[in-house]
Amino acid sequence: MFIVKYIKEVFNAVKSLLVGLRRTGYYFTHHKEIITQQYPDNRDTLHFPDRFKGEVVMPHNENNEHRCTGCTACELACPNGTIKVITQFDITPEGKKKKAIDKLVYHLELCTMCNLCIIACPSDAIVMAQTFEHSVFDRSELTKILNNPGSKIMEGVE
Amino acid sequence: MWNFSNIADSIHKWLNLTFSPTLATIIEMVIVGVCVIGLFAVLGLVLVIMERKVSAWMQIRLGPNRVGPKGMFQSLADTVKLLVKEGMTPTGADKFLFNLAPYIALIVAMLLMAPLAFAKDFQMWDLNIGVLYIAAISSVSVISILMAGWSSNNKYSLMGAMRSGAQIVSYELSAGFSVLSVVVLAGSLNLNTIIQSQADGWWIFKGHIPVFISFIIFIIAVTAETNRAPFDLAEAESELTAGFHTEYSGMKFALFFLAEYVNVFIVCAIGATLFLGGWMPFHIGHWEGFNHIMDYIPSSIWFFGKTFFLIFLIMWFRWTFPRLRIDQLLNLEWKYLLPISLFNILLVTAMAILGWYF
Repeated sequence: MFIVKYIKEVFNAVKSLLVGLRRTGYYFTHHKEIITQQYPDNRDTLHFPDRFKGEVVMPHNENNEHRCTGCTACELACPNGTIKVITQFDITPEGKKKKAIDKLVYHLELCTMCNLCIIACPSDAIVMAQTFEHSVFDRSELTKILNNPGSKIMEGVE
Repeated sequence: MWNFSNIADSIHKWLNLTFSPTLATIIEMVIVGVCVIGLFAVLGLVLVIMERKVSAWMQIRLGPNRVGPKGMFQSLADTVKLLVKEGMTPTGADKFLFNLAPYIALIVAMLLMAPLAFAKDFQMWDLNIGVLYIAAISSVSVISILMAGWSSNNKYSLMGAMRSGAQIVSYELSAGFSVLSVVVLAGSLNLNTIIQSQADGWWIFKGHIPVFISFIIFIIAVTAETNRAPFDLAEAESELTAGFHTEYSGMKFALFFLAEYVNVFIVCAIGATLFLGGWMPFHIGHWEGFNHIMDYIPSSIWFFGKTFFLIFLIMWFRWTFPRLRIDQLLNLEWKYLLPISLFNILLVTAMAILGWYF
């Protein structure tokens, strides 16, 4: 019946509005749950959510070794040409040629932190770091080489 | 014990003793004008900081917290910023109307202050048709918005103004009907008589369900009339940059901003007067002792307390509900609020005739 439907609609509308009001009213009376941070004041104790992505880095272990095999999967995955893998051929002790990276160039100014390179990497060589103070005085400083000078690939990573 | 009416009386007597009656009246008018402008300035500062704090807490933020203790001087700093800014007039604008519009917005707000009773026997103009006067004057505010939108020579401004026109004209109907339900029960258009009729309980309690429904409709309608979210189609930051005041800057913009907040105060004051008894303390029927205790709280505190409670309610709406689309907005008015309030006024009339209220 029309009139029953009409009243039901009004009733449901009021009910859903009250649910919303209750939520904001709860937030209004619970100031302890503030999620914003007073950034310059608490610079030392900043807390980042897990999914915050700042820049791509390549972790190295204490022997200056990384896990990158130079497969260029990240370069292919990158939607806007942020990563450039420059490869070279190492000679292994057995006398075989082996592909390895010379430089992994990362253009921070082009990066949108989409995380696709991290997903594409088969050997987990690169990760997202939670740094965010990226401002520099010259644009060329934003072009970074991710592997440390003289670094080698870790044993057992293929 | 001092109160507002004593102060007003003693000033009135002193002026009449010192000056001729004509001069005394003129001086009184000037004093009232200065007081109203002062009240406007204070309201603007208080309501802006209140809005920002309320919105911040509702969105789990901190809000302004740098200027002054807990950020309480933020709105003062913003005012200074607006004062020193250049008030630009666009080249293509209709200069006369463009500059006139903010003043009309403010003058309408000033005129609406006249019949409000701020405390016991403290009123600028004891008008015997106060409710009608308020209904008539408040509909003039749409003219200032239309004027601003039209004269700006800007698509966004014009669209905002047209939306605002459709919105205010429609919602005035249900606001009028909900006000009428109290007028029917109180049997008078005089705001003072309406307040006096609530001496044994406010209308929202005495009139039970029908008056409560008209109170809710009144709050919805005045939210729409003051162009506040969820009915802020006239401004709609995300759609029309700033709607009718897109082209305004500096103090001219500030006047619109101020007029909006003063209008919020005024409609909440009217709501408090009609439904929550204005300056009338919380009385329950014939509980003499309880009523006497309540009388010890000054009437001005009751008035401002109720008004700010309603303002908080409207702010709560603003920061909870999303903006309506224009067709949804008009549907809400013409298909829901208007039929409900028409039926409600019938109910209230029957109730008033048959005496089914407390």
